[in-house]
Amino acid sequence: MQKYRYTVLFVLILSATSALILAGMYTGLKDIHEKNAQLFKKRVILKAISPLLDKPVSSLSDDDVEKIFQEKIQQVVLDMEGNPVDAARVAAAGYKKGDALSVDMAKEFKKPEAERLLPLYVYKKRDKKYYITGVMGRGLWDLIWGYIALEEDKNTIAGVAFEHAGETPGLGAEIKDNPSFGQQFVGKKIHDAQGKYHSITVRKGGAKDPDFEVDAISGATLTSNGVTEMLQRSMKYYDPYFQKVK
Amino acid sequence: MADSKTNAKLDLKPVFFGKKEKKLLLDPLNDNNPITVQVLGICSALAVTTLTTKALTMAVAVTLVVGFSNLITSLLRKLIPSEVRMIAQLIIIATLVTVVSLTLQAVNYPMYKELSVFIGLIITNCIVMGRLEAFAMANDPWRSFLDGIGNGLGYGVILLIIAALRELLGKGAIFGFKLFGPGPDFLVDTQAISMLHWYTPNNLMVLFPSAMFVLAVIIWLHRTWNSKLVDVS
Repeated sequence: MQKYRYTVLFVLILSATSALILAGMYTGLKDIHEKNAQLFKKRVILKAISPLLDKPVSSLSDDDVEKIFQEKIQQVVLDMEGNPVDAARVAAAGYKKGDALSVDMAKEFKKPEAERLLPLYVYKKRDKKYYITGVMGRGLWDLIWGYIALEEDKNTIAGVAFEHAGETPGLGAEIKDNPSFGQQFVGKKIHDAQGKYHSITVRKGGAKDPDFEVDAISGATLTSNGVTEMLQRSMKYYDPYFQKVK
Repeated sequence: MADSKTNAKLDLKPVFFGKKEKKLLLDPLNDNNPITVQVLGICSALAVTTLTTKALTMAVAVTLVVGFSNLITSLLRKLIPSEVRMIAQLIIIATLVTVVSLTLQAVNYPMYKELSVFIGLIITNCIVMGRLEAFAMANDPWRSFLDGIGNGLGYGVILLIIAALRELLGKGAIFGFKLFGPGPDFLVDTQAISMLHWYTPNNLMVLFPSAMFVLAVIIWLHRTWNSKLVDVS
């Protein structure tokens, strides 16, 4: 009995010490972690408009990134009918800060479609407005997401940035790692000549329609299909808003 | 008086860094390499070796975790009750791994994003557990620490060799610095040299199977070079 008491006591003290160290460290570093995560997200968003920036995103300093977001980007949150949502309602949905950046797309993706909130970033450059939309879908292994920048006509793609949670390096991960994949989207259209919603297809075997299709990645058919599905579905979410502001 | 005191101390305590300590630190780099000789820690060695920067970060993380978990376990070795020693070791490893992970998250967030799963998996890395059980439970703290650092380095060296080969042949780069390949971004532009027009980076080297055969070739070469490792029985 005496021996068991020592064993239990030892394990308890060891666990408590470990918990104390980790809890202290977690609380101490929380602000830095959050700031890093935000900066990381901002850089991905800026990647979508990288052709419009003076410098490549990787050579922008953290301060530059913050400055662009403060001075040139307006954040809007939309509901599924295309109406802007005020900060109080965004905060009520669980995003304390109430801006577009705080909206967790992965969390929204799990909600029923009609209740989702959509982040939208409007980038201003010389009187021109660029609309950066957020899209999310499924790749082969896990979630994939991205930011699609549209030009002032709300139709032509100005740039894209894709991210993924766990696609295969060298295959599906190329949607993020290979710049030439994203480059293909520039200049493509999401509406046809009649103004009907069309979206972009990532086609296996090579693009056929120069306006609406791009080449898929060889060896990554399912991730490519995931990108197509993601664009078809989630770019459409923004359509009501674009019809209204037209 | 003072001299004799220090002498007595030296006699009692083994030398700070003698032959034995040196052996502890350097053995895992060659004769007793955790990856190529003991064939432990293969999972992460295959997964994080697509890029040299990733492999380097992982190597540093593992070295710190093995070194310090060896040190702490050795300090506590006389207190740890033998029936819960595995649990105690796991708590120590898990704490250190989480500390490393939280630090990386604060220092280099993009790298943390790339490695997060594998940093967490250091907890189950056989090298760490193996060193605690085989060495730290029976040796003094200083030697255990050296043994841990040595094993971490042995792991890291192999990781870096595999990663360097994979990144060089798969992407034509080392540490993200573009060396040779088609296109003006590279230091040696193979498109500009007519003799090398055929060259294109081999994407297979970036995929997981390549880690398997690169590692196998390294084990083969290591055994050819170091005849002590060949089992003659």
